[in-house]
Amino acid sequence: MSGFEYASAPESKAIANIASSYGLFINGKFVEPKKGKSFNTINPATEELLSKIAYADKLDIDLAVKSARTAFTKVWSKMPAKERGKYLYRIARIMQERAREFAVVETLDNGKPIRESRDTDIPLAAAHFFYHAGWADKLEYAGVGSKPKPVGVVGQIIPWNFPLLMLAWKIAPALAAGNTVVLKPAETTPLTALLFAQVCQQAGLPDGVVNIVTGDGITGAALVNHPDINKIAFTGSTEVGKAIARSISATKKSATLELGGKAANLVFDDAAIDEAVEGIVNGIFFNQGHVCCAGSRLLLQENIADEVLEKLKKRMSLIRVGDPMDKNTDLGAINSKEQLNRIHEISNTGDTEGANRWSPECILPSKGFWYPPTIFTGVSQSHRIAREEIFGPVLSVLTFRTPAEGIEKANNTMYGLSAGIWSDKGSKVLWAAKQLKAGVIWSNTFNKFDPASPFGGYKESGWGREGGRHGLAGYLTSDAKASK
Amino acid sequence: MIIDGSEGSLKKFLSDLPPVDQVGAEARAAMLSTRSIKTTSKAWAIDMAISMVDLTTLEGADSFGKVKALCAKAVRPDPTDLTVPSVGAICVYNDMVKTARTELDAIGGKHIPVAAVATAFPSGRASRAVKELDTQDAIDAGANEIDMVIDRGAFLSGRLGEVFEEIKIIKELCGDKAHLKVILETGELVTYDNVRKASYLAMLAGADFIKTSTGKVTPAATAPVVLVMLEAVRDYFALTGTKIGVKPAGGIRTTKDAIKQLVLVNETAGPDWLNPSLFRIGASALLNDLLMQRMKLRTGHYASANYVTMD
Repeated sequence: MSGFEYASAPESKAIANIASSYGLFINGKFVEPKKGKSFNTINPATEELLSKIAYADKLDIDLAVKSARTAFTKVWSKMPAKERGKYLYRIARIMQERAREFAVVETLDNGKPIRESRDTDIPLAAAHFFYHAGWADKLEYAGVGSKPKPVGVVGQIIPWNFPLLMLAWKIAPALAAGNTVVLKPAETTPLTALLFAQVCQQAGLPDGVVNIVTGDGITGAALVNHPDINKIAFTGSTEVGKAIARSISATKKSATLELGGKAANLVFDDAAIDEAVEGIVNGIFFNQGHVCCAGSRLLLQENIADEVLEKLKKRMSLIRVGDPMDKNTDLGAINSKEQLNRIHEISNTGDTEGANRWSPECILPSKGFWYPPTIFTGVSQSHRIAREEIFGPVLSVLTFRTPAEGIEKANNTMYGLSAGIWSDKGSKVLWAAKQLKAGVIWSNTFNKFDPASPFGGYKESGWGREGGRHGLAGYLTSDAKASK
Repeated sequence: MIIDGSEGSLKKFLSDLPPVDQVGAEARAAMLSTRSIKTTSKAWAIDMAISMVDLTTLEGADSFGKVKALCAKAVRPDPTDLTVPSVGAICVYNDMVKTARTELDAIGGKHIPVAAVATAFPSGRASRAVKELDTQDAIDAGANEIDMVIDRGAFLSGRLGEVFEEIKIIKELCGDKAHLKVILETGELVTYDNVRKASYLAMLAGADFIKTSTGKVTPAATAPVVLVMLEAVRDYFALTGTKIGVKPAGGIRTTKDAIKQLVLVNETAGPDWLNPSLFRIGASALLNDLLMQRMKLRTGHYASANYVTMD
């Protein structure tokens, strides 16, 4: 060989015991759907079939909600809080023990690099259960009065970008607060949720506390519209979020919505440049850019723009695109054909509207769904690629002349989920953080998550918070408003 | 010329360098340490690492016999397998230079340079005159490379001109007879900002190599420190067109450590630096671990330590 080429270093698939088909997880058991329908889940990196998944319709949802209601009234809400906590600790420990299995299944089903599922998704998911296990018997400190009550049965709908992690964000606080759940994973990434159902069985979690129903948008709508649901927690697109808000508007259901984003990543001229470049790369290319809080709008102070772009391009040419199971892969597969088409559609408007596209040389695999790491320079606020969420590895680069202009451009969006500030000057960081209208603001870092830190957006990025005390409070109600 | 030689212009240049964010630099180094180097790339990396080792003995107890044994090892690291490359250099104290040079020449190691640690190594606490004599003495004895230490006291108290002057003078003594490696002793500079500044200062003053540590102070060649130095040589090349080498030294004991260093080089300064003329690893125990891992790759099983030579 010539030079330091990294030989392929694939993680073994042997640990992933993916069954040829999966039923619905209702009342502690895997059951066949009433109408016997199913759909396929594939590996987006190879387009190979992974498993056949049961399709839940209205009747199945009704069964799942009934089992959650029974478990809520008879078992889970009556159980001493510290006992509930023990179950959460047990689940967290089993997730850690089976971390490699979870990571492999996640990567096969989602297309994300094994390095990310191994080092980020799975450890963070377990951390969410550990964190909320500790809350179970301390709910009076959650900020909803001295005698907080669970809201009841929660319908939860999660996206495909961080399948297990989003499940943990939803289920851990719900259970800690004493609720029971019916969770619908995304159509393209159901496998780790079904593996999690096995973990619930392994942990001896009482039947019906967690129900997993697989399906598509129609399944999700049936869950949202079920009359015996007390709360909906949804993470996904702003479009679907609005539809959910409309459909529950005349009901007593409450909702937490984590929706889209078009985060500004502001780099000031006094920033640590090399680390800012790393942060830009991590901000947009982490998880193929399938991140609602991705730093998809790079705002560079004009006097350092050339220097930063030169370094960014050099750094981007080192991004290793390819087999997600290879331990050295940095950028994996796009999750689905549908999403790939959407990335193409919006990105192509960048070309037609006059922005300049650049990607490093890279050879994309012939099978599966792939998009190269891409930046657009010469982007202005009025371009579609500066306004719409692409949800892919595509970065729009804009410039600003003064800090005030930077803030103005950063806030000029219908979203407000996250933002990044890069400056070595503490006073400037604090000033900018105060001005930015975003739920999460990172200073000199990006895409860092912790169960103790609340996450959520301004404006069309959503309602409510997840994580931390604020997220937990969303699963509790004060005495007076307690559910039946 | 980037600076005009005055202390003012030097200070201005160094203070205009972008800062290093500690958390970010450490995160990048940690991410690169997760690279998984297997099979053919591991074999390539092991041989490359062997050819980059500055095989070092810097003990009060060093004797002629010890140095001769080290020379034999440097030329033929594994006497049972002559496909193993010889090491990058031998690194010794001044008074051992002549012995090392003579021995290497006698046993087929003419191509292996001898590096001498000079300028009152490791502390650097001596008068300028002593440091100059020390260096001249090493060159006269036949040293091909001079590993000098910077005056950390002067650097930390802001007397950057003094540090710069000293490197310049030693560089002049080296002339075209010896390569100059400048040891920053990053464990005493402490911050990454200082590491970046000292790297540029040394390069501007004429260093051919910048080296992390003496090996007598911990921490030594940590991954983030090497990362910051590799960024410095990369950016200095973009600025001047001159490629400066990097030598981590101290604490690199295993094949895994060495391969992590090569990954840092590959993904920071770039493949051009994967070459003993631009990257060296100062080490002693490392060589045997590289040899054992090499055997393991070839035979499929680990040999006992008795299958490599103890020197």
